[in-house]
Amino acid sequence: MNMNTLEESRKRNMNSVDPKSADETVSLFPNSQGANSVLTKSEPSEPAAAIEAKNLNAWYGDFQALHSISLAIPRNQVTAFIGPSGCGKSTLLRWFNRMNDTIFSAKATGDLRLGEIDLLDPSTDVVDLRRRVGIVFQKANPFPKSIFENVAFGPRLHMRLEKRELADLVEWALRKAAVWDEVKDRLNAPALGLSGGQQQRLCIARAIATGPEVLLMDEPCSALDPASTLAIEDLMDELRSQYTIVIVTHNMQQASRCSDKTAFFFEGKVIEFDTTENIFTKPSSQRTEDYVRGRFG
Amino acid sequence: MSNEGREGKESKGSKDLGLPPSEVQDALRGSETRMSVDRLFRRVCVATATISVIILIFLIGSIVAQGLPSLTPTLLTGTPEPEPSQAGAWPAIAGTIWVCSICALITLPIGIGTAVLLEEFKPRSVFANRIFSLIQLNISNLAGVPSVVYGILGLTAFVSMFGIFDTATKERTGFEIGAVYYDQFTNLASDPFLSMGVEGAKERYFLAPVSSPSNPPTVPKSGMEIFEYQGKQLIPVQVIIVGPDDFPPTDPELLSLAIDANAVPGRISEKSWYYFRLPFGRGVLSGALTLMLVILPVIIISSQESLRSVPSSLRDGARGLGATPWQVVWSVTLPAAAPGILTGSILAMSRAIGETAPILIIAGIVYIRNAPHHLMDSYTVLPMQIYNWTSRPQEEFHSIAAAGIVVLLVILLSFNAVAVILRHRMQKKVR
Repeated sequence: MNMNTLEESRKRNMNSVDPKSADETVSLFPNSQGANSVLTKSEPSEPAAAIEAKNLNAWYGDFQALHSISLAIPRNQVTAFIGPSGCGKSTLLRWFNRMNDTIFSAKATGDLRLGEIDLLDPSTDVVDLRRRVGIVFQKANPFPKSIFENVAFGPRLHMRLEKRELADLVEWALRKAAVWDEVKDRLNAPALGLSGGQQQRLCIARAIATGPEVLLMDEPCSALDPASTLAIEDLMDELRSQYTIVIVTHNMQQASRCSDKTAFFFEGKVIEFDTTENIFTKPSSQRTEDYVRGRFG
Repeated sequence: MSNEGREGKESKGSKDLGLPPSEVQDALRGSETRMSVDRLFRRVCVATATISVIILIFLIGSIVAQGLPSLTPTLLTGTPEPEPSQAGAWPAIAGTIWVCSICALITLPIGIGTAVLLEEFKPRSVFANRIFSLIQLNISNLAGVPSVVYGILGLTAFVSMFGIFDTATKERTGFEIGAVYYDQFTNLASDPFLSMGVEGAKERYFLAPVSSPSNPPTVPKSGMEIFEYQGKQLIPVQVIIVGPDDFPPTDPELLSLAIDANAVPGRISEKSWYYFRLPFGRGVLSGALTLMLVILPVIIISSQESLRSVPSSLRDGARGLGATPWQVVWSVTLPAAAPGILTGSILAMSRAIGETAPILIIAGIVYIRNAPHHLMDSYTVLPMQIYNWTSRPQEEFHSIAAAGIVVLLVILLSFNAVAVILRHRMQKKVR
């Protein structure tokens, strides 16, 4: 990794989320506007794309998982990825923050950008990239630590905070993830003692505590009961004005309820990418229609 | 993964095929036989468990009964005197604690580090992968090698270090720090013939510093730099050199300060607590390193196993937050694997405490009266002391040996208790 670029990006990020300049607790990360403004300067067009893929092909070994994907994830909106299993939704999502790096057979060609960052460049600072692009997994995966330590994990990696600032940031993230009221009395209790839904919201709090611009959600509700699912959907609604959210889901209702745009994937290709309303009411492709109506898949 | 999709396909498939063939439906086994096998199996398990526990209780009971009369404070604090009533095991107890503590301090970081490398930092390239699997194969094989073999390996690698440095003898060592050498002279008053008729002459020892252990013996001459221990301090003294033709002084005071000009000194050394030499020689460090060889494979394999049992979702979670590989290991994977690593380490250390064969080769059979003072000091360990006592003909020593076994068991169990408590604390914190 190039140390210079790493240092520079650190500095830039420190400026954008300088704890001292933020006036107080909840506004520690008032939103990701600060970081966004850096990006919008370079791309002033409206609505700005947070992530842009052009002719992206991805492989696992000899298996081609993605076939010339071109799409632009709009900023500060919820984008849903739908499609049958094995169609490449999660693969694409994992390229967005380079989680595929540990899969040695994974490789990709084409163009994939987050603002000015080239996501396919091997020299990209993935540590900083993942601070800016948070991810929430299918299965809630809180660390076997206390609730507080879970949320404080990310900030501790990336920032030098006073004890009080850290506590304020943790509270802010937990409030933002709508789980504060349930855990405020037991912040030092083990996170694994929470219910599945609470754990997933804790993971969301953990993801937003580092101040990301983009939040990737890989089937965040697939293991949750309807009440917890509802809580998380409300949460996405709450977060959408400040974060760019990409959600992979198998739940058609969920996609239609909470996303602004929807991409339908099939066999590694994007069949259709349009506003959610269009996808669900007047899809242009027969396959899309079959899928959203539940006729195949 | 799409649940809806799966179910849809399955329901379509079963519609085409109908129910399974009728023979299959009639072939249902009655649950009676299966349940009786189950009961039988359970009884066999209970029986084997009971037998092993009974044998253990019997063994411990008989050892305690045999050793109880000899379980005295003398045993814990005394030195291994030839007289049974005064025999103690303090040097051996101290040696065991020294060797095992140093062994743990060296082995745990190396073992856990190796396990982390093999599990968490798998290489990308095919060539490096080959090397990794070769290392893996080696470690698995080494776990089964008899410990005597490690003893011989330790003798070559640590005690004599392949003879790269000078042959380690008492007088000459390859490289060392923390040791001061003296030539020791006795005065004329210590000679019974010369001191005869001189009342009040005291026997005294004088030390002449030697700059290098390989220097030739100091020749006594007048005005030489010589010291004497007075209390615990080295005080320079003025000695009189008595030539072969001179008459020894008759004044007791002077006779106490006189050294024969032909006196041949004895070379002695004084070693500080940080004394270090190459090659290591038959010291505590060699023993600890040899025991390391014995238990390292066990620790590596058990640590790998517990690292492997950490769900990869935790690693993903940490990486997804922007943790570097090292941060992932240090703050997520290792803490999650710690209870398992600790369990493996307990087992390995228990084995190290009880090892005799490699220590026998490394330390040799020596009579040790003092607890070790530094890493290169000679030592003995409890199992060897016990072995020594059991091979004595006197009946009393057999009882003392049994008491020694009880002490060894207590040390072992307290080592384990510490680790169990640690593990319990860790698990309580996370669940």
